[in-house]
Amino acid sequence: MNAGKFRAATGARGDGSFLPNLGKRQAAGRRWAAAFAAATIAAVLVLGALVASIVNDAFGLVAMEYTVDPATLAPGGDIEKLSDAELVAALEGNLKSRRLRALGNEKPLAERERADLLALVEDEVIKWEVVETFSLAESLLGRAEVDAFVAAEHPQAKLVFRSWVNARYLSASQSATAIDAGVRSALIGTLMTILITVATAFPIGIAAAIWLEEYAKDDKWNRFIRVNIYNLAGVPSIIYGMLGLAIFVRALEPVTSGAAFGAAADPTGANGRTILSAGLTLALLVLPVIIINAQEAFRAVPRTLRESGYAVGATKWQVVWHHVLPAAFDRVLTGTIVAVSRAIGETAPLVVVGASTFLTQDPTSVFSKFTTLPIQIYQWTARPQEDFHNIAAAAILVLLVLMLSLNAFAIILRNRLRAKKRFA
Amino acid sequence: MKRDSATDPFDLAVETGETPWALETRGMSVDYGAFRAVKDLTMGFEKRRVTAIIGPSGCGKSTALRAFNRMNDLIPGCRTEGQVLFHGADVYAPEVDPVKVRRWIGMVFQKPNPFPKSVRENILWGARINGYSGDEEELVEGSLRQAALWDEVKDKLDKSALALSGGQQQRLCIARAVAVKPEILLMDEPTSALDPISTSRIEDLLEELKSRYTIIIVTHNMQQAGRVSDRTAFMLLGDLVEYAPTKELFLNPKDGRTENYISGRFG
Ligand SMILES: Nc1ncnc2c1ncn2[C@@H]1O[C@H](COP(=O)(O)OP(=O)(O)OP(=O)(O)O)[C@@H](O)[C@H]1O
Ligand SMILES: [Mg+2]
Repeated sequence: MNAGKFRAATGARGDGSFLPNLGKRQAAGRRWAAAFAAATIAAVLVLGALVASIVNDAFGLVAMEYTVDPATLAPGGDIEKLSDAELVAALEGNLKSRRLRALGNEKPLAERERADLLALVEDEVIKWEVVETFSLAESLLGRAEVDAFVAAEHPQAKLVFRSWVNARYLSASQSATAIDAGVRSALIGTLMTILITVATAFPIGIAAAIWLEEYAKDDKWNRFIRVNIYNLAGVPSIIYGMLGLAIFVRALEPVTSGAAFGAAADPTGANGRTILSAGLTLALLVLPVIIINAQEAFRAVPRTLRESGYAVGATKWQVVWHHVLPAAFDRVLTGTIVAVSRAIGETAPLVVVGASTFLTQDPTSVFSKFTTLPIQIYQWTARPQEDFHNIAAAAILVLLVLMLSLNAFAIILRNRLRAKKRFA
Repeated sequence: MKRDSATDPFDLAVETGETPWALETRGMSVDYGAFRAVKDLTMGFEKRRVTAIIGPSGCGKSTALRAFNRMNDLIPGCRTEGQVLFHGADVYAPEVDPVKVRRWIGMVFQKPNPFPKSVRENILWGARINGYSGDEEELVEGSLRQAALWDEVKDKLDKSALALSGGQQQRLCIARAVAVKPEILLMDEPTSALDPISTSRIEDLLEELKSRYTIIIVTHNMQQAGRVSDRTAFMLLGDLVEYAPTKELFLNPKDGRTENYISGRFG
């Protein structure tokens, strides 16, 4: 009724040259809005599927067999309940005398720590072995089939629910058996590598962006440089790996192996295939992205802010340092962190640079051999055994958590800088 | 290459300062690429007076004003010919550093643009970078008083300048400009973004400021030009059409185009 009145009130004023089309315009808008919503839903579904498939592999039931039934060692099979003396007795009763002598020579059993004894009983007496693993979906939804399957195929096996990400997984290094393997060396390798990447690419990238955006004349040469930085950002990462191999591993070996600084030759024989080389290679990779992003951040600083600096007699450098940089810094920072969190996930260039395939020791310095989380994931998924796929999924979860924390850190930092900018 | 400041012709000019005009242009033209925005401008600005530049939109008022303190150097493709004499020394002479020019010829913009810092820092930053060694509190209070802003912000010196109202921000920009103790203040439509009360505040302020500074103000508002200025220049399409004492120009324009403009027939 109201609409009718409105039409009656306004309709009389038209001179006929404007045809009523508001309904059509609004309908078109609604169709577009629906399409955008559909696109968003599709993206969310894909993301959800990705996370679901990882979680599906990272948790679930495992059927495990043993050489010695833990129930014969402790009531209910719970060896945690045994005293130290009982643990020693279990070892002495079940190990060959040669093995016992070897262990005794390392360190007498009676003097060993409790954790050590527990590990020995698990690893050498009971000898858990994974014979079958099940995904989280199978474990939750098809428990009856899982039970039936295990009862038929592995009557000896014990079925337990396992989180493949666990404290032991985070603190153990690479191992030949999946159940003993962990991501510790890879995690440390990733963190050290990325630290080197940030420490080199961030200052160099910002410095280059300042020069290009604030100082360089707009001539033929500089336009050529600018265009090519854009092109470099699109070069496939494996090519950066080859560049890193040629420059850091081969040509600069004395530097990247630490020999030039008098560092003792790495006992593992890294020969330039070190964390330093890996970090610098990734720095090359993210440098163009950081430069482009910082240039855009500087360009977004309003001209009026620069002019207000110049108008009180500031030099170019004073304007850049006191006004342009602080105004652009939050954007520069977020861009850098986004670039770096991409670099964390890079695999191909590090394979080329020479990541170690089987590293059981933590890196001790930047001149150590390296492996990283994505490399580890790549190697584990390439194995035929099911349980290695489970630890690969667990490593993916660790990597995702690392990246998400980095992004969260970026957002918090940006918001704090923004707030400071507003209420300084 | 450190220049001996005692023999720098620009510094000598500032020190002696004995010329009839505080600022004088001789055949100054400004080009944006192939487009000539200001054509052959020759005029002088009296010391300790307010000079207004009026003219229709796009006639080159801002361009001319920005040429006086070499602000146009920052715009790629903008070239200036002819001379701009500051106490007789050409600010475009090859040995003159534009940074020094801007230190003596300050500028207030159309849109208030305080630094995103505290009120105090807004005043002090320019002074510090120019080597101010006196008492900072004194400078802050003195500059804010000159801009008639002290009473309003004396309790908010450490608050963000962006939290001030538009009119307060513009007076802060004036305080910031006078804090480096320039000789000339260039103002490009300083009140066009402000309400009538803030506008009349700033107009009153100009009356005070002209006892210390030479002021050149661009304005669209002819009443404002009439109220605040001692001399008025009328520009049209990059040319200086008429330049005379304000009363004379408004009451008795010599040129037909000036008369048309001030009587509101075009522009
Ligand atoms: N950066 C620039 N590049 C190219 N042309 C410009 C630039 N700035 C101004 N112009 C041109 O120069 C002429 C004069 O511009 P200017 O800004 O000096 O006019 P104005 O008199 O200040 O106008 P208004 O009263 O609207 O501020 C205009 O024709 C304008 O289009
Ligand atoms: Mg203008």
